[in-house]
Amino acid sequence: MSFYRYLAEGLFFGFIVCIFAGAFISLRARQLMNSVLGLAISLLGVAGLFYHLGSPFLALMELLINIGVVCVVIAFGIMVGPKPDQAAEKRPPPKRNRMLAAGACLAASALLLWTVLNTPWNPAIARIGDFTIRHLGESLLHQFCLPFELISILLLVAIIGALIIARIGRYGARE
Amino acid sequence: MNDVLLTIILIVIKLGLVLGTVLSLAAYMVLAERKVLARMQMRHGPNRVGPFGLLQPLADLIKLLCKEDLIPERADRWVFMLAPAISVGTALLAFAVIPFGAPLQIFGRTIELVICDLNIGLLYLFALSSLAVYGVALGGWASQSKFALLGGLRAMAQMISYELALGLAIVPVVMASKSFSLTAIVASQQSLPNALRHPLAFLIFVIAIMAESKRTPFDMPEAENELVAGYHTEYSGMRFGMFFVGEYVNLIVLGSMLTVLFLGGWHGPFLPSVGWFLIKILAVAFFFIWVRGTVPRLRYDQLMAFGWKILVPLGLLNILVTAVWLLWRG
Repeated sequence: MSFYRYLAEGLFFGFIVCIFAGAFISLRARQLMNSVLGLAISLLGVAGLFYHLGSPFLALMELLINIGVVCVVIAFGIMVGPKPDQAAEKRPPPKRNRMLAAGACLAASALLLWTVLNTPWNPAIARIGDFTIRHLGESLLHQFCLPFELISILLLVAIIGALIIARIGRYGARE
Repeated sequence: MNDVLLTIILIVIKLGLVLGTVLSLAAYMVLAERKVLARMQMRHGPNRVGPFGLLQPLADLIKLLCKEDLIPERADRWVFMLAPAISVGTALLAFAVIPFGAPLQIFGRTIELVICDLNIGLLYLFALSSLAVYGVALGGWASQSKFALLGGLRAMAQMISYELALGLAIVPVVMASKSFSLTAIVASQQSLPNALRHPLAFLIFVIAIMAESKRTPFDMPEAENELVAGYHTEYSGMRFGMFFVGEYVNLIVLGSMLTVLFLGGWHGPFLPSVGWFLIKILAVAFFFIWVRGTVPRLRYDQLMAFGWKILVPLGLLNILVTAVWLLWRG
């Protein structure tokens, strides 16, 4: 069965390349739309990783929600919004923005690194390895019920907030 | 190793068969649409190329392949070239999970007539249909043309809105058959097709797939009289052809989805199962063409209001009723 193992390894590295390529495109893009595309490509790689880890359900959810909805809505926003002057986009960003961006990136990387270094990584055999829909459903509705419901409330608040902002945008100009 | 080789050969054969059938079916769907529409409008339709105009798709293909491939000067080249490929690719990939016939017995091996029987096949179809939005949106955006941009925007808004109704219509079917696998859903309809068991869901689904396919009465994204051709205004040659093929392949995909989820899949008396599957897809396609020849285009606000204020609440209500019914029946 070594053929399948080689195939799986090859796919794994393919997904990694996909993630980094997406991130690179996203960073180097001059236009916002290309950055969103980069994000989508990167998330495609993440979905592939979920599949590689044995949960096609999570992989498809990643495709469906993050790429199929979140990125599409961002792209919609970019298409509706005013088109920035292309010459203006080529100008380097102001120094303060650069510092802030670098700070945010460093903080996020430090946090991730800290988590990676402090997590006891068990070998694959020791883990439960059950990522089926049944197991996910049970853990979401029993063990992790509270966070699950909190996320729903967060989404509800976000929707209401968006509605309020949209209303102010529509009627605010008149006042 | 022998087993691996056999599996790969089987998959390649199935892929070849399905791709060949789908692509030629898509080509002849174009001809069928032109013929049927022409008859409905008291015309003859294409009848010059070959007997009864049967070679028309071939002539169209040669014409499209030989035409100059124009890219607008200020267009985003890569995205512009990528968009038609996404459009065709997502439509073709959907066939991987659609069961098109009863399992065959050849040389003592059982061969499932589906390329990959994914146990969450339905989610896979949904994921692909949400990715299909990219082809249209990017095509419209990258063209740097007002018509294309407006067409892309409309297509995006319409597809996102109606995807919700589409999803809600499927939930009762999944609840009743207790599976996301398309093979299992087909198997659960052996005695009675789902269209009779869940008539409301069937109705919502038919309307939603009509909107998903961006055809009349929901063809705002390519409304000729206001947007030239919508998101593919700036495309020419085979890139335009790819959008076109994608649209018709998508029509077949949606027809297959309707067949698998509501019309009993490949079940049917007397004829072989693959035959029944094809007949049902063609009947759905004919229905789509018929609607195009009969119903006028909706207005944009009517379309949105219909999706969000009627279809989505109806879909939610339908789920509730089905849940109560399933609980009551035990």
